[in-house]
Amino acid sequence: MDEHFIQLDRVEKVFDVRKKTGFMKRERRQVRAVDSISFAVARGEMVGYIGPNGAGKSTTIKMLTGILTPSGGRLRVAGIDPSRERTRLAHRIGVVFGQRTTLWWDLPLIDSYKLMHRMYRIPDARYAENLARCVELLELGALLDVPVRQLSLGQRMRGDIAAALLHDPEVLYLDEPTIGLDVISKAKVREFLRELNAERGTTVLLTTHDLQDIEQLCSRVMVIDHGRLMYDGPLTGLHEAGESERTLVVDLERELPPIEVPDARTVRVEGPRQWLTFPASASAAPLVARIAAEYPMVDLSVREPDIEAVIAKMYAEQAEKAVS
Amino acid sequence: MVESLRLRDGTRELPRWREGLRAYGLIAGMWVRSSMTYRASFVITVVGNLLVTGLDFATILLMFSRVDSLGGWSLPEVAFLYGLSATAFGISDLVLGSMDVLGTRIRDGSFDTLLVRPAPVLAQIGADHFALRRLGRITQGGLVLGYALVAVDVNWTVGKLLLVPVMLVCGAAIFGALFVAGAAFQIVAQDAAEVQNAFTYGGNTLLSYPPVVFGKDFVRGVTFMLPLAFVNWVPASYVLGRPYPLDLPPGAEFASPLVALVCCALAGLAWRAGLKSYRSTGS
Amino acid sequence: MGAGRLYAAVAAGGFRRYATYRAATLAGVFTNTVFGVVLVYTYLALWDERPHLGGYDQAEAVTYVWLGQCLYATLAIQGGGFEKDLMERIRTGDIAVDLYRPADLQLWWLASDFGRAMFQMLGRGVIPFAVGALFFKMALPTDVGSWAALLVALLLAVLVSFGIRFLAALSTFWLLDGTGVNQAMMILGIFCSGMVLPLNAFPGALGEVVRALPWAAQIQLPADVLMGKTDPLHAYAFQAAWAVALLAAGRLLQSVATRRVVVQGG
Repeated sequence: MDEHFIQLDRVEKVFDVRKKTGFMKRERRQVRAVDSISFAVARGEMVGYIGPNGAGKSTTIKMLTGILTPSGGRLRVAGIDPSRERTRLAHRIGVVFGQRTTLWWDLPLIDSYKLMHRMYRIPDARYAENLARCVELLELGALLDVPVRQLSLGQRMRGDIAAALLHDPEVLYLDEPTIGLDVISKAKVREFLRELNAERGTTVLLTTHDLQDIEQLCSRVMVIDHGRLMYDGPLTGLHEAGESERTLVVDLERELPPIEVPDARTVRVEGPRQWLTFPASASAAPLVARIAAEYPMVDLSVREPDIEAVIAKMYAEQAEKAVS
Repeated sequence: MVESLRLRDGTRELPRWREGLRAYGLIAGMWVRSSMTYRASFVITVVGNLLVTGLDFATILLMFSRVDSLGGWSLPEVAFLYGLSATAFGISDLVLGSMDVLGTRIRDGSFDTLLVRPAPVLAQIGADHFALRRLGRITQGGLVLGYALVAVDVNWTVGKLLLVPVMLVCGAAIFGALFVAGAAFQIVAQDAAEVQNAFTYGGNTLLSYPPVVFGKDFVRGVTFMLPLAFVNWVPASYVLGRPYPLDLPPGAEFASPLVALVCCALAGLAWRAGLKSYRSTGS
Repeated sequence: MGAGRLYAAVAAGGFRRYATYRAATLAGVFTNTVFGVVLVYTYLALWDERPHLGGYDQAEAVTYVWLGQCLYATLAIQGGGFEKDLMERIRTGDIAVDLYRPADLQLWWLASDFGRAMFQMLGRGVIPFAVGALFFKMALPTDVGSWAALLVALLLAVLVSFGIRFLAALSTFWLLDGTGVNQAMMILGIFCSGMVLPLNAFPGALGEVVRALPWAAQIQLPADVLMGKTDPLHAYAFQAAWAVALLAAGRLLQSVATRRVVVQGG
């Protein structure tokens, strides 16, 4: 069995961006959406691929599926160069885009599956078996004859996942599979993915904003930011790196120098908005009271530790290491 | 497990063009069934399409209600031009006419979902929003052509008769190439879908009128740069026994297949280049 | 905020919304220019065979073509202005929300469509007209008065165009689907506005009929006003009469439809 089922070797994607800088004047700038990323995924692994918006997650997935051509580096999935042999690769991969359905809006759900059956030339017996399995595990039985436009978001996502699996893909890419879903739908989707990976050995690579997805599914996490791989390892390591702090977002009446209060650190200032981090174990109330007393505060919100915070923390630690 | 996968990989692959045709058929079928879910709308749009596309010929009839000839061409002769162009355009419009949704697909990101399917994208995007209502244009174009064939004063020879279906096929191919080139352009400029209307719909309108009507430079442009003249003007001039536009040499009437072939090849290259430069949307 | 300022803001919003589609606007300019050129040549051939057709000479026929291309998007001759949005809101039921706004439905959409028309005129209409004037012989008046008279005729044309499409949009309350109405509006718009041929040049009884319909207020009359082919006051009276009739009908239909929504519980 090939050990490096997915292999990236210093893969880059550079976009030319034209920015308007004045009337009729445009400036050309290069943006490195993916900046020299290397990693390998073995067959049967289940990997979380996370990072803030615009970090390069989707760009990576798009290169892995052949949608985008890398600007540099070497990329192989099952030994295939995705952008060169996109249609050949398509038979072996499944893709679910969280916010775009591939199902036929006006037709009953089953019609979309029949199309997959024929388009992927899935042998009849295989198709029947896979469909039955997906219908059972994703609870689609009652939905097969319902036009897709009448399905709820959660139902549609389940329908989309089934559509991506009918042809027995060896690897499944999921882009934000739980975005916008209710708690029950999320649980169903996760349960299904876990079983798929365990029983079929399908390799799964998923991007998400939801740390719970990762916690419940992935033994391995990769964090990407600004196009660079920041972390690659088990989830426990990531926890240690970042879950210890919460963030207080404060909107002030006007732009002011960074807020200075004990037990909290101002990590970001953007106009009148400031971000402060404080230990997750501490209560926010005294901190808020203190800031309200000393600064002209308009609005505030508390953010639980999230991926952005984890990454911010990782940056800070890296910077410290560099200094010491 | 793994063995079964290998087996599946072993299924023989069809040549790309057959793979494309197959995918086209599958997807077009889905769109037809989708449109049938709103039956009343479907009937209305079929009738509407017939009427809208008929407006072009209604205009010509209106003109001929006030004059006996246009640029020296009689009504049956102009109808001959119109019927050829409208039918050829109708065929390519039916087959590839929904390509203007490509811009929307790129903007909303759904183009990506087509790229991960095991079928040529051009076939998928060509079949996108396939609509039988487009038979309306072919129908009324065909009717006008039928009238013209009967009414026009021509000494029919086998060669002239054979040239009619050749014109329709080559014309459809030339218009089709324009649609594909337009689609390639949309990958670069998604909002500019309307530009292709200038060439496709505009071209069709242009070809409904005799070439003598238009300025010389203009005719030169649509003969040598955008070779629309080979859809009907040149071969139809031969059939009608009229001088060729721009004094093209004899034999030009049979150049349409070659021109169509070159157009399709160029459009194919443009499509490839466009696809290669595709950059997908931000997220 | 005063009512006037509210509607001014709505109009500005309509203007800006269309102004954001730069590439689409450029594409539209190009398309209108190409169609204009094709049409000009066919008209020249037509007027060559039959000079003074419809009371125009060749230069006047050419002027008519380019004014038509200029007004094509401005007056949404084929449809595709606010009425698509309004139809969608009626279809989805969002219209119930609009009815609770402290603004008048008809005036709100009129303001928005006026903003759109202004942009389409300036961004999309003027350039093809200028290109036409540059490359073809046109019959353009040199006195300011004729242009001012055109401006008034255009304002009235915008009202008529809105009135027609507002009625079409409200029909969705009863038909639930705008497809058929949109198709019909498109056909009537192209044919009866004189987009394909000046209404003056239509033969016999057909000509009499199309010249009496409201669509005549959109291209034919502004063209005649610009070129001094008609007494502006006559043209205005015709346009204003149709504008008032259509807007009043729209108002009536709106109140019936509103009651319907309220009865259904929105």
